[in-house]
Amino acid sequence: MGSELNRLTISEARERLRRREITSRELTRDCLERIAALEPRLNAFITVCETEAMAQAAEADRRLAQSDAPSLCGIPLGIKDIYCTRGVRTTCASKILGNFTPPFDATVIEKLRAEGAVFVGKANMDEFAMGSSTENSAFGPTRNPHDLERVAGGSSGGSAAAVAADECLASLGTDTGGSIRLPASFCGVVGIKPTYSRVSRYGVVAYASSLDQVGPLARTVRDAAAVLRAVAGADPRDSTCSARPVPDYERALSGEVRGMRIGVPREYFVEGMDGAVEGAVRGALKRLESMGARTVEISLPHTDYAVAAYYLIATAEASANLARYDGVRYGLRAGADNNIELYNRTRAQGFGAEVKRRIMLGTFALSAGYYDAYYLKAQKVRTLIRRDFERAFESCDLVAAPVAPTTAFRLGEKTGDPLKMYLSDIFTISVNLAGLPAMSVPCGADEGALPIGLQLIGPPFGEEAILRAGDAWERAGGFARRAPQL
Amino acid sequence: MLELPAMAQEKISLEQVRHVARLARLELAPAEEESLRAEMSEMLGYVDKLNELATDKVAPTAQVGESGTPLREDAVTNHAAAEAMLANAPARDGFFFKVPKIIE
Amino acid sequence: MKTDAYEAVIGLEVHAHMLTRSKLFCGCATEFGAPPNHNVCPVCMAMPGVLPVLNRHVVELAIRTGLAAHSEIAPHSVFARKSYFYPDLPKGYQISQYDEPLCRGGYIELAARQDGEPRRIRLVRIHLEEDAGKNIHAESASLVDFNRSGVPLMEIVSEPDLRSPEEAVAYLRELRGILVAVGASDGKMEEGSLRCDVNVSVRPRDATELGARTEIKNLNSFRFVEKAIVYEVNRQIEEIAAGRRIAQETHLWDPEREVTRPMRSKEFANDYRYFPEPDLPPLIVPPDLVEKIKAEMPDLPAQQREKYARDFGLTTYEVSVLLGRNDLGDYFVNVLAQGINAKTAANWIMTEVLRAVNESAQPLEKAAPQPQETGALLRMVEDSRISLNAAKSAFAAMCRSGKGAQATVAELGLAQVSDEAAIAEACDRVLAAEGAKLAEYRAGREKLYGFFVGAVMKAMGGKGNPKVVNEVLRRKLAG
Repeated sequence: MGSELNRLTISEARERLRRREITSRELTRDCLERIAALEPRLNAFITVCETEAMAQAAEADRRLAQSDAPSLCGIPLGIKDIYCTRGVRTTCASKILGNFTPPFDATVIEKLRAEGAVFVGKANMDEFAMGSSTENSAFGPTRNPHDLERVAGGSSGGSAAAVAADECLASLGTDTGGSIRLPASFCGVVGIKPTYSRVSRYGVVAYASSLDQVGPLARTVRDAAAVLRAVAGADPRDSTCSARPVPDYERALSGEVRGMRIGVPREYFVEGMDGAVEGAVRGALKRLESMGARTVEISLPHTDYAVAAYYLIATAEASANLARYDGVRYGLRAGADNNIELYNRTRAQGFGAEVKRRIMLGTFALSAGYYDAYYLKAQKVRTLIRRDFERAFESCDLVAAPVAPTTAFRLGEKTGDPLKMYLSDIFTISVNLAGLPAMSVPCGADEGALPIGLQLIGPPFGEEAILRAGDAWERAGGFARRAPQL
Repeated sequence: MLELPAMAQEKISLEQVRHVARLARLELAPAEEESLRAEMSEMLGYVDKLNELATDKVAPTAQVGESGTPLREDAVTNHAAAEAMLANAPARDGFFFKVPKIIE
Repeated sequence: MKTDAYEAVIGLEVHAHMLTRSKLFCGCATEFGAPPNHNVCPVCMAMPGVLPVLNRHVVELAIRTGLAAHSEIAPHSVFARKSYFYPDLPKGYQISQYDEPLCRGGYIELAARQDGEPRRIRLVRIHLEEDAGKNIHAESASLVDFNRSGVPLMEIVSEPDLRSPEEAVAYLRELRGILVAVGASDGKMEEGSLRCDVNVSVRPRDATELGARTEIKNLNSFRFVEKAIVYEVNRQIEEIAAGRRIAQETHLWDPEREVTRPMRSKEFANDYRYFPEPDLPPLIVPPDLVEKIKAEMPDLPAQQREKYARDFGLTTYEVSVLLGRNDLGDYFVNVLAQGINAKTAANWIMTEVLRAVNESAQPLEKAAPQPQETGALLRMVEDSRISLNAAKSAFAAMCRSGKGAQATVAELGLAQVSDEAAIAEACDRVLAAEGAKLAEYRAGREKLYGFFVGAVMKAMGGKGNPKVVNEVLRRKLAG
């Protein structure tokens, strides 16, 4: 074969499909072959949907032949295994849903089907999206394509690794505390966490409902913008989903950053930060300045409290969201003589250690006598963190910061210390608490050739500004993407 | 409300861990109880930093989206699909889900 | 109650199934009687990732109820999650309004009894919540049906303002009347449309502080509410008299033995870990919506009672009977539509119609003829085409056969004879046969008049029009 169509960007593939130079079946087959070759080492997918994907590709080719081709027609995507897909097992990387096949599609899956997308598989993740490394998967960890001894980041580690390793052209992840941006940064791809309410959450297995948001991972900002446009927008099935019209994000990519005011928060450049990370981020900012953007120092004074507030709010919501896994209607059921045993054993056997930890913490934070001290206190601090950003955006158009203090760490390096793992999200979590849009775009690599991500944060519904800046950076040479050596 | 143990490194007692596990319907092995006590204590010690902030006059943020929940018209839009809804049932009896004997 | 030294302090929490087509948060039907797990979807089955969307009509019905009860309609109210595990609760939490309900405060006024003032029973709140599914306990296993899961419920919580079992029942009846009048509920307690939890405590008559209370759960008839309160009040007085303390606990009513008994305490049942439902933004009720609903409010029971008394000249008692059931008022109005006198119609309904309902133990529409037919029958009485007794026989027959008034009267031959010639002929026959008595009468024994009327009526098989019979007979007797 050797055509390696799987390495194309969406923009390139879309053009070649339209010009009928290639077919979606060829493109999809290349992706599936790549998956077959890499998966034993990478483990980016929990379920590979070969048959379904080839059928979708054939249908896409039929539509392309009739010039009835919507925006993502025939484009092979990876889907985080957190999205309910009708007729295809959806596990959320948990034993408790190991045998669950939804009878319905998530709204974004429905939208992508309507756009003609092809789903090559269900991507690996941390169980119930709880983790920063994709090591908390009941199906084994995903490895970083740039260094197989290192983590892919999490929780959308499979979605990031699959795109970085050219197993698909783009993918869907979810981001509750950094779960798109961190793996995008670690794997050297673009990842967008949109404004809370920008994309429907219906059919996306809930971790922390007030923080969860759907977003794309792709190899270029433009590709990510195309997928975001396809999935964003109102949904009558999600009461928290915004009815605001969805802009054509690709049209916002003018390459122009002149006059743009970029806020640089001093709290995000902390001691103990990886020198290569700081260097790469500062370098990117210099470059943007040279293109006409202006940097302004800003302060987000409550940054240091974000992880604490997040782990109370997210776990409290999770403790209720995960109560439905009780062995009654679907999923795992442990042997039991009565309903109490049924719950206790099913949940003990079905959930992994990190999920149990968070359920316990969240249950405690809401329990009688502790609600005010923990859950309510965290909600109040959430208000302070929101206000920090509101104030910052009075003097800048977007905020730039690192995604993480380090590049990808070694497998097992932090699994023994949950708090240390949680602190991987120190730069991403505030954005979720404030409900803002943010993106990770590759901006360099450390001495071990491990990718570094630049985080661009916008005000609510400011996706266009961050996409424009990220795209301009890419066009200006940005960081030349290095294909992982596999 | 159970009293918090005085020692900072023991923010939560084993007894509290067991109580929370019962609320959350999680059967824990003794070793799990121990490690959860240690890990939860560490986390609760860490989140204590929130108390550095005065928040008496701060309103809580429960959600960051738009206010005003949308309302749907009162119409029946779903049609019986019992087989599809029961397809994942671990155990069933006719159209019922079957569970072990219910005790309070 | 056993002693006058104590008074009862009673508060009610009423759960009403709301009259909607679809569920609270999804588009599944609410109708009863579907096979198990047929009115379900991923949302009310709590499949992973599903989300609730609020039913507009539920909000409108709750606002109507709140306005009827003089509550404040909160412009901003919040749904919360109430967590507990039970097989019929698919999400592991119930979505319910908690510390920020839709309707706050208010009161329900109870009609004055003969001797007293009208009583205002204050409300704490009215809030919305979803119902759970249903567990069926079989021998070694249980079966679960989620058809009821997510059906909208309204909870109406009163202050502990009620002072006797009778007053509690009167409150419940008035509340039911309001719910039915505004269309929020069908009010059918026997079908489980209304369920009631009762909080009861007693205290010395001069005390102002509340005693420890027990909660009696899930009472589903007026009779049970009354009996359970009577039992519980007496039990508490006996306990106190014996020097024991009342435990704050939850009881169940045992209708077989007619006692309340403490529920086995569900471990941790009271740590529900409420927190704001992150899947539903706050419910915002704009003032113009409240105004619109206010403008469209139907007549409430108190207004209806006033109207009936005024427009139809009925007594308080008659009104209370006619409006005491939610179906008699309409029946009455439809009988009146046949041009029947209000008193006549009211008396007939209170005696004949209610007797038919009670004897058949069927709902009104099955037990009694259509109101139009009852009206037609009473019309015949008013037009002297049949006698009152004949109408009673005809009505009983109509209840059994379901046939119309005309047909039944004809079939049974109950029509009165008013034809003068026919009556004159009957009179002549009687007078000819009773020559001796006629002579006595004409000699001055006028007491015999009644005898002649009876004889003529008998000769006519009871169908003679009494008025015409009297006229003709007097003429003939006078010779």
